[in-house]
Amino acid sequence: MGTSVSVKDLTLQFGAITVLDKLNLDIGDGEFLVLLGSSGCGKSTLLNCIAGLLEPTDGQIFIKNRNVTWEEPKDRGIGMVFQSYALYPQMTVEKNLSFGLRIAGTPADEIARRVARAAEILQIGPLLKRKPAALSGGQRQRVAIGRALVRDVDVFLFDEPLSNLDAKLRSELRVEIKRLHQNLKNTMIYVTHDQIEALTLADRIAIMRNGVIQQLDDPMTIYNQPKNLYVAGFIGSPAMNFFKGEIVSSNGKQVFVCNGVEFSLDGYRATSGLTVGQKVVLGVRPEHIFVDETRDSGEFHDAVVDIEEPMGADNLLWLKHVGHVLSVRIAGNRRYQPGSHVRLSFDMSLASIFDQESELRI
Amino acid sequence: MAAVELSGAGPRGPRPKRTFSGRNIMIYGTLFVAAVYYALPLYVMIVTSLKGMPEIRMGNIFSPPMEITFEPWVKAWAQACTGLNCDGLSRGFMNSVIITVPSVIISIAVASVNGYTLANWKFKGADAFFTILIVGAFIPYQIMLYPMVIILRQIGLYGELSGLILVHTVFGMPVLTLLFRNYFTSLPEELFKAGRVDGAGFWNIYFRIMLPISLPIFVVAMILQITGIWNDFLFGVVFTKPDTYPMTVQLNNIVNSVQGVKEYNVNMAATLITGLVPLFVYFVSGKLFVRGIAAGAVKG
Repeated sequence: MGTSVSVKDLTLQFGAITVLDKLNLDIGDGEFLVLLGSSGCGKSTLLNCIAGLLEPTDGQIFIKNRNVTWEEPKDRGIGMVFQSYALYPQMTVEKNLSFGLRIAGTPADEIARRVARAAEILQIGPLLKRKPAALSGGQRQRVAIGRALVRDVDVFLFDEPLSNLDAKLRSELRVEIKRLHQNLKNTMIYVTHDQIEALTLADRIAIMRNGVIQQLDDPMTIYNQPKNLYVAGFIGSPAMNFFKGEIVSSNGKQVFVCNGVEFSLDGYRATSGLTVGQKVVLGVRPEHIFVDETRDSGEFHDAVVDIEEPMGADNLLWLKHVGHVLSVRIAGNRRYQPGSHVRLSFDMSLASIFDQESELRI
Repeated sequence: MAAVELSGAGPRGPRPKRTFSGRNIMIYGTLFVAAVYYALPLYVMIVTSLKGMPEIRMGNIFSPPMEITFEPWVKAWAQACTGLNCDGLSRGFMNSVIITVPSVIISIAVASVNGYTLANWKFKGADAFFTILIVGAFIPYQIMLYPMVIILRQIGLYGELSGLILVHTVFGMPVLTLLFRNYFTSLPEELFKAGRVDGAGFWNIYFRIMLPISLPIFVVAMILQITGIWNDFLFGVVFTKPDTYPMTVQLNNIVNSVQGVKEYNVNMAATLITGLVPLFVYFVSGKLFVRGIAAGAVKG
């Protein structure tokens, strides 16, 4: 698998503000890469630079091993899908799809062939004569994808394409985009702030913050082995539970202590990286805490149920425990009354420990 | 208590509204006064223009004409004297048309491209350029009259209709550019980006993407320019000669003529004729005008 898109030392400054700082990123041929981050992290800026809609202050961009840093967007072999769909309101769907081809002077029969193919793939054939105003949000976004499709591009760029849709349509189109990628096998770069979209669609996710990529990995690695505190807190809903404390020695073994309560570190994969006296943060995901279950380790923590949020398949408990409020995910059929006392145990083999100073995972 | 509430009696459905509530009287009263305030002068003008002079001398300006005559209108159009010429407003009308049509077209064409460039193709110094333009919009015209006269004389256009057209085009530029820039800025930026990704350049985006969705703002600009240029008196009187006077200057000369009897009916008719063009423009395009003004608030 060769590289499709390559970003080298990309820097972008707006006046005194540095949006992107010497950013490097290699995207494989046919890869689905998701740029994930909260608003203002530079993910859309990066996408716009790749598209050629923003001029970088410094650095280079390669697409298909060709330096396109100074190329016009149309010459980069990219197609782009926007959050607001950006369909030309005065043109019919057909004209919207063919606009780029008509500008390029493509022969009419070739245009007709490509439009028909795109319409078939996206199932928008019956809509071709309509104007965008007469389409629903999902249909509009499909047309917007089609506009990239007809141009036969190497790389698809998506800028928050589903953010304007309601929840149901969003999950439907998410599946369609994934299917589209499976069928076309084009390189796709997808910007979103929605971690569900990122986790479900991506081959790899790049989590960005303040113009810097925090972690670039496949979704499961990001979820299970977040490189630092930011990534750990950003990915996962509800967020990972964090305990601030330190490593102490107890009976010859290293344990974690938070607010005077000891946590056994049995099962943690990297106890050798810890030193006694180290200030750390323990992070445990809501589904890695067990409520009233017999565990081999034999260590239990007492907690009180504060709020119960039944979600159907899951049941989310908010518990009070050593001065924290913990979220714990249990099976949907196990119900608890607020105020009931429960016994917790922690699955340390899936937990993460971060250094308080460097915020890196140990 | 509960039994009474649930019995089915009592309030149900929409709350009845009183026609003569204090609020309604206030609203409609104010509207009525305002309407009369604006409509009354127009009424007086129309009825006076349809009366003969003997009837006007009777002094009752509010009474409808006893005998309707269109002679004042004919006279105002074709016979009223201004200085040496005695061919009424007709000469001025043609002049005004010759001035207004190209001024409106040229100024809007240039300003829309200006506004489009400022909104979408940010160039170095764009902000400074825009600021200067805005300042231009606030400088009173009188300040620039004399320099403009000198410039026109230097390029040999002083006293020519083409000179006045140039003046109107230039002076319309700040406000129109501001208008178009703000409109194009309000359009979704992604539309412009999509055009660029599709391979459209400066003019293709302007003509094929932006223009077709900008009808409302073009109508606003047209109304502003047509009425503004048609009603202009100052530039007309400064930059033209009697032969090339626009209608407004002609009208002034008719109304302020000091020879002979003051023919109020002719004056009123002449004024109404002069006002017909802007009036017509408002009536025809009023709806689009409102849409254009509100366009910034509406999503595309």
